[in-house]
Amino acid sequence: MAEPWEEEEGPVKKFMFVNRKAPYGTVYALESLEVVLISAAFDQDVTLVFTDDGVLQLKKGQSTDGIGMKNFSPTYRALEGYDVEKLFVDKESLDARGLTEDDLLVDVQVVSKAELADLMDEQEVVMSF
Amino acid sequence: MKFGILVTEGPYQHQASDTALQFCRAALEKGHEIMRVFFYNDGVNNATRYTTPPQDDRNVVDSWSALAKDHNIDLVVCVAAAQRRGIVDEGEAQRNGKDGNNIADGFRISGLGQLVEAGIQCDRVVTFGD
Amino acid sequence: MTMLHNVNKSPFERNALEACMSLAKKGSKILLTEDAVIGAMDNTAVADTIKGAMNDFSFYVLGPDLQARGLDEGKLISGFTVVGYDGFVDLVAETDNVQSWV
Repeated sequence: MAEPWEEEEGPVKKFMFVNRKAPYGTVYALESLEVVLISAAFDQDVTLVFTDDGVLQLKKGQSTDGIGMKNFSPTYRALEGYDVEKLFVDKESLDARGLTEDDLLVDVQVVSKAELADLMDEQEVVMSF
Repeated sequence: MKFGILVTEGPYQHQASDTALQFCRAALEKGHEIMRVFFYNDGVNNATRYTTPPQDDRNVVDSWSALAKDHNIDLVVCVAAAQRRGIVDEGEAQRNGKDGNNIADGFRISGLGQLVEAGIQCDRVVTFGD
Repeated sequence: MTMLHNVNKSPFERNALEACMSLAKKGSKILLTEDAVIGAMDNTAVADTIKGAMNDFSFYVLGPDLQARGLDEGKLISGFTVVGYDGFVDLVAETDNVQSWV
């Protein structure tokens, strides 16, 4: 009989989460992040994509006292601890918003739309909120 | 084919829940399996039994309950999203000191793991949202 | 891999269709449902953009959503295929993956 550490892992699928919305104006950024964390806890192969206003989810310096909402941006820094390290940001979306990689609060890979398209094509489960 | 369905908007405010229902009915008609319908974000509002829509219009909540009953479909409401929006079953009411519960027939409250599990086990996950 | 992209927001309200077309691989299928169905009509301000993408993607539109909005199937951009909910299911089953642009 196999020891617990020798048992086979369950199936691992490539999950992609596509983030296109800014934080705080709607709940999608926060609640999408909660799904990401659970997917990682289930040992799935997780990729996060930030495009359109989704790039704003990663903006440094978020301070939410004035709007009376919880600042959940530190959670993006915690993703690494969950082995979620594949974070891709759409360069065009950054440029369109006058932002650069230096404006972001975590390490990401800044990529072109063509590269993002290739990445999307490899996935098995794609979720957008 | 085994489908997982994700509904992220509530009844009436958006067409998402209606489209999801129609999709499910068509899929079942074609002999496909709906493994689970997972309600997240405002989608949890599809699970309250206290809606009273006009008599001459569709009853979205009842439609989901009927679909679940007729085809043995697992309707799961995310516990975290439900807590935020006040969708409560007996257990949640007791745990969180609420004086009542409002969950509709056929729905159960559970964790996001049920959505991830659907992603793992289903051939396709289709999202209906805004 | 062929993906089905489902867009349900109007191109006049949101950039979902534009974003979809900028990230979908050539050969993908794009299905317009709900308020997005206006994007299937000819002679709109976005029709030329969609026509320009006809070589890259196969376009579908959900018939019941056209009818609900009083949009005439006879006035669609040439090349769109009208499907019902059963066709929607078939599209999901026949492609390798599905993504919703919300």
